[in-house]
Amino acid sequence: MEQLLKVSNLQTGFKNDREIQKVLHGIDLEVNKGEIVGLVGESGSGKSVTSLSIMQLLHGTPGKVLAGEINYKGVDLLSLKESEMRKYRGKELSMIFQEPMTSLNPVVKIGKQLTEIIMLHLKYSKKKAQGHAISMLESVGIPRAKDIMESYPHELSGGMLQRVMIAMQISCYPSLLIADEPTTALDVTIQAQILNLLKEIQETSNMGVLFITHDLGVVSEICDRVIVMYAGRIVEELSVDRLFEDASHPYTKGLIKSIPIIGQNKKKLFSIPGTVPSPRNMPKGCKFAPRCEFAMDICWQKEPALLDSNYGKSRCWLEAEDKEEAYDSKYSYRS
Amino acid sequence: MENKYVEMDLNEEINSDKTENRFLEFWKLFRRKKPALYSLYFILLLLVLVVAGQYITPFDHSEPNYSNILSSPSWPHVFGTDEYGRDVLSRVIAGTKIALTVSISAVLIGAIAGTILGLVSGFFGKWIDKAIMRFCDILFAFPDLILAIGIVAILGPGLQNVIIAIAFFSVPSFARIVRSSTLEVKELLFVESAKSMGASKRRIVFKHIFPETIPVIIVYFTMNVGTAILSAASLSFLGLGAELSSPDWGAMLSMGRDYIGTSFHIVFFPGLMIFLTVLAFNILGDGLRDVLDPKTRD
Amino acid sequence: MTQSTLIEVKGLTKKFPLGKKWFKPNGYVRAVDGLDFTIKKGETFGLVGESGCGKSTTGRLINGLIEANEGEILFDGQNLVGLPDSQWNSYRKRMQMIFQDPFASLSPRMKIKDIVIEPLDVHYPKMPKSEKLEKAEKLLEICGISKFHWNKYPHEFSGGQRQRISIARSLILNPELIIADEAVSALDVSIQSQVLNLLVDLQVEFDLTYLFISHDLSVVEHISNRIGVMYLGDLVEVASKEQLFKNPKHPYTQSLLSSIPQPGKQDREKIILKGEIPSASNPPKGCKFHTRCPFAMDICRKEIPENIHVDDDHVVACHLYS
Repeated sequence: MEQLLKVSNLQTGFKNDREIQKVLHGIDLEVNKGEIVGLVGESGSGKSVTSLSIMQLLHGTPGKVLAGEINYKGVDLLSLKESEMRKYRGKELSMIFQEPMTSLNPVVKIGKQLTEIIMLHLKYSKKKAQGHAISMLESVGIPRAKDIMESYPHELSGGMLQRVMIAMQISCYPSLLIADEPTTALDVTIQAQILNLLKEIQETSNMGVLFITHDLGVVSEICDRVIVMYAGRIVEELSVDRLFEDASHPYTKGLIKSIPIIGQNKKKLFSIPGTVPSPRNMPKGCKFAPRCEFAMDICWQKEPALLDSNYGKSRCWLEAEDKEEAYDSKYSYRS
Repeated sequence: MENKYVEMDLNEEINSDKTENRFLEFWKLFRRKKPALYSLYFILLLLVLVVAGQYITPFDHSEPNYSNILSSPSWPHVFGTDEYGRDVLSRVIAGTKIALTVSISAVLIGAIAGTILGLVSGFFGKWIDKAIMRFCDILFAFPDLILAIGIVAILGPGLQNVIIAIAFFSVPSFARIVRSSTLEVKELLFVESAKSMGASKRRIVFKHIFPETIPVIIVYFTMNVGTAILSAASLSFLGLGAELSSPDWGAMLSMGRDYIGTSFHIVFFPGLMIFLTVLAFNILGDGLRDVLDPKTRD
Repeated sequence: MTQSTLIEVKGLTKKFPLGKKWFKPNGYVRAVDGLDFTIKKGETFGLVGESGCGKSTTGRLINGLIEANEGEILFDGQNLVGLPDSQWNSYRKRMQMIFQDPFASLSPRMKIKDIVIEPLDVHYPKMPKSEKLEKAEKLLEICGISKFHWNKYPHEFSGGQRQRISIARSLILNPELIIADEAVSALDVSIQSQVLNLLVDLQVEFDLTYLFISHDLSVVEHISNRIGVMYLGDLVEVASKEQLFKNPKHPYTQSLLSSIPQPGKQDREKIILKGEIPSASNPPKGCKFHTRCPFAMDICRKEIPENIHVDDDHVVACHLYS
């Protein structure tokens, strides 16, 4: 499989009053061509910051990438200047946000916004770009594409807008698409449409997709591989086929058990006690230890490394116990 | 465009860390606004002068000394003396008390009346809103000072009437700003949630909506005090406010203007005080607005 | 089951007028269009549907936050529609609402203890404060918020904790009915399950009846006994949970069920609906669903389907079954 994106030891922090507060503590992930990778976590887990760091959309915010490497097709994106990065953004890597409204200009017609991007990246003439824009809109299932070109964003429904966003982001044939909760704001029947569409597009264009969501149901619908984040760290990585049977990290397992599943008829759901620790009050060892039903002494002392598990990778002492040697020699923990 | 989203998103991550105290949070942000911070210090200094002024003035501000009239700034009369030989520094300090009490009490009255009108207008809407807003429009149509002159002309000169006049023209701006913030707050979910539990209208207005408008009121209050000082001084200058012999800044300007060619200091120091005080209140108001009410900044 | 009826809704209709400037002066959005359903004492009635289907409006109508145009809401036999405000309040005591957004539904400048006792302040102004606080302490404790946090303000809590505070507040009047409008939708999965469990526990402990409004079918399935499915202001199907999920009749229910992303079941057949949800201000004639319905017939475009009893406690409004 051809590797598109390889993120290693990505660390991002927020500049606060005086200190810099780290939000990502060394993220390692890769996305290959033709694969949909799910990045799952609850709010505050750092999944969105990861995507923004990759796209380098953190400027103008208190966020800053502190260390690490973001390797896209052999180029370290972090070493690029903003002007160079802009050539990648939209053309090579595209991003779809949860709220399409915030990423479209409300006072510019949709057609114009689309053609401008196409002209910029593909260097098409205006006429050719318009034709391309219309065919793109049609390809995402928008009826009367010509009329839509003439409308303003507020005239369209949420589902339509998300289609427009997708059309816009794939119009320059990116190799990598980052989708940040693209269906969270949509209704279920519309969500099903959009997921279907994304899957179709991905299959025909063979692009790589990093799909960020909090919904494990959606992950199982669309993704090939899933990465679970907790408190700014990756805690588990495995293929979706294995997720519901063979997840090994107690957090992943707990999440799966917490979702009500139709036809299960449980009186009560499993629930993970407590809440996500705040960045200022991080436990010393494993960050999940305070909520974990299996926490052992070592979990409170030392943070486990992300090690190979039966079906993927897991950051858990239960898994790693017998691999402690490997831990000490191979991974020095980065705090 | 993109960054608006990004900010929203980052907030979520940052806010998972809750700050303990609203005031500390405010102070942390405010402390960084240096001009506003220094303005606040200056105003606090003025307030000290208001309270303790009479004990620290070097001379009695009303005691004439005909042997030393119109002397230039020099020791012991640091700001010089006026045409009766009274110490200008002492008079300026005494004037602080008049300026601040007049302007603050006037704006306070105006703010209270305006807030009530604004809350009623915004919450109940319909004809009562229209009536109150038309009334405000009419008041807005008069230039502030002309309106104040008119009121003082009817009521007669004197500081008390100056207070009434300034309070009167402060009302519409408070009414408007409180109304617009009421309109916004009354659509929020916690207001609906209070309605759903059967809370009375009075309770909703005073317990749920009013507290949300306080930041805006504070900002407006501060800025209006600046304007009020200027208006009070103008009225006194015109002979409609404080007695001309009293140590009011406006009255001092009025009395001193005959000597402006020879003894510039008599008008310079009271004028400077007016300028600095109004400026301080305006900068403080700007700073407070940035922190308390960021969305109205532009 | 021989449970007695707590709420009976008959022909409930709410029309919102459209702006007068651009539209016809007499245009209306029929947000809720002739609903009939009953909620029995002690059960959880789930109301599902997509945005704009009128499910939240229904909750607000029952609570009296907005006034119905037509129809009846019988609460314990008493029709609430058209009651003057003063009499409404004695019924509001017996039903409380929990809202979706725990960040917006609590007054930001009130302390937690004052928020929780507010319903008592409203309905029992003469009760001594110490008694109110005693009740509040007990309920907060049950909902998992310790007394230690009493003097804090809402912004100091997480979403899940705030929703627990809302729940404690909704219980303080000892209500019979709780209307939960998307009460867990804004919460993270692990927190959502905590709150759902709490709601289930409280139902037993306090003998509560729930009207549980949500767009999330799996959550509704988990918590409800009976479920109503809404589409564009209509109730298209009402059935017991088992009936509805094992044997959905209405094509909309069927597609809705197949659209839910379900972990570990990605291979099942899916009915993906075509097109968008029509605008409520200009709904299709006849059956409102016919524009997206895979089985639409001629009659569906012309006539509004009647409610058909296909089984005990299973009502569907669809021409396929007439």
